[in-house]
Amino acid sequence: MNYHWNWGIFLEQVKAGDETYLAWLFTGLGWTLAVSLTAWLIALTIGIAVGALRTAPSRLLVLLANAWVELFRNIPLLVQMFLWFFVVPEFLPREWSLWVKQEMPAKEFVTAALCLGFFTSSRVAEQVRAGVGSLPRGQRDASLALGLTLGQAYRHVILPQALRIVIPPLTSEFMNVFKNSSVAFAIGVRGMALIEARTRVPGLIARSG
Amino acid sequence: MGEFDFSVWQPSLPFIRDGLLFTLRLTLVAMTGGIVIGTLLALARLSPIAPLARIAGAYVDLMRSIPLVLVILWFFLVIPFITGSPVGAETSAIITFTAFEAAFYCEIMRSGIQSVPRGQVNAAFALGLGRAQAMIHVILPQAVRNMLPVLLTQTIVLFQDTSLVYAIGAKDMLKAADVVGKNYNRPVEMIVLSALIYFAICFSLSLAVRQLQKRVAIIR
Repeated sequence: MNYHWNWGIFLEQVKAGDETYLAWLFTGLGWTLAVSLTAWLIALTIGIAVGALRTAPSRLLVLLANAWVELFRNIPLLVQMFLWFFVVPEFLPREWSLWVKQEMPAKEFVTAALCLGFFTSSRVAEQVRAGVGSLPRGQRDASLALGLTLGQAYRHVILPQALRIVIPPLTSEFMNVFKNSSVAFAIGVRGMALIEARTRVPGLIARSG
Repeated sequence: MGEFDFSVWQPSLPFIRDGLLFTLRLTLVAMTGGIVIGTLLALARLSPIAPLARIAGAYVDLMRSIPLVLVILWFFLVIPFITGSPVGAETSAIITFTAFEAAFYCEIMRSGIQSVPRGQVNAAFALGLGRAQAMIHVILPQAVRNMLPVLLTQTIVLFQDTSLVYAIGAKDMLKAADVVGKNYNRPVEMIVLSALIYFAICFSLSLAVRQLQKRVAIIR
């Protein structure tokens, strides 16, 4: 290998501006964290709801929830990013569409967080369904026998236990959110991945992987 | 809304087909290479030779904690320095995916090997088989059978992940859709088309895997 390493690049100044590349990377880290954490909140909220619906005693609800999961699981994340960024605005009413395309603040961030959140929600839903499925039938039967409505049974008996069971697999999904957020570079979120791609220095990528 | 022009799908088909062929080739090569290298890595991780186990473990952990996009970019920039000449985005993608997926297949094979009951190993030794013979004739066939649905699911994930070669400009299906979309100034329609194709392929594959799962349930 005859590559000329230049680790000093981190301390050099960015060509247009007075920051160093290191400071640039840290700004990128901030966006990575912001996108990932927002996406995780969305994913948990929707994922738990959809996961619970998949175990509901209504054929229609189960079908809809399953369709949700299959839709977001079977399209590559990068394609979903493009769908949210380029295609979804076209389906909005005219004024909204114009606003989203021209005026919406932090467009890339909002799009990436929504996309990653919905994508991850299907995985969370899969885990939550497995968690609810692993509970003994008696838990549900007993709650209903005690006079709880189905909603109350889920809220007070089934979900608290199921969520405790799925914590370990959910932590690995939590890490996947951070890794997947790097895909947001494709639509221009200035996360670490984009900054590395722009600087074109292999060492930088090794550093922040 | 209402300004879509899906007539662009017609002239795009030859390009999409070529892109899809590359995507499939990349998936198949990375799957085959990944499973072979992954199985060797799994054997190394489970081997009684401590340094070997540690090196394999470190490799797997490293690959599993770096986002795939970064590995793709990094290999694309680094491989020319190792081989001395540029190898092109396609070759680079094939090498990267094989190396990256090997780590994931390794974990699957490892849990497959560990899922084989202890008695099988003991019985193989009692019958006079050596370590390698027991592994090849008794343990691995059962491990692969137990893990077949998981291996195939990972391959579906791999198939979806190949779209990330977009980052280095390899001409896969997504890139083909992107180029056609730009040439005809119809990017929205082409993104929808590629999403539909990915969905159709992945959904039917995952249905097939689910059927298979019912048939080859673990027998104990």
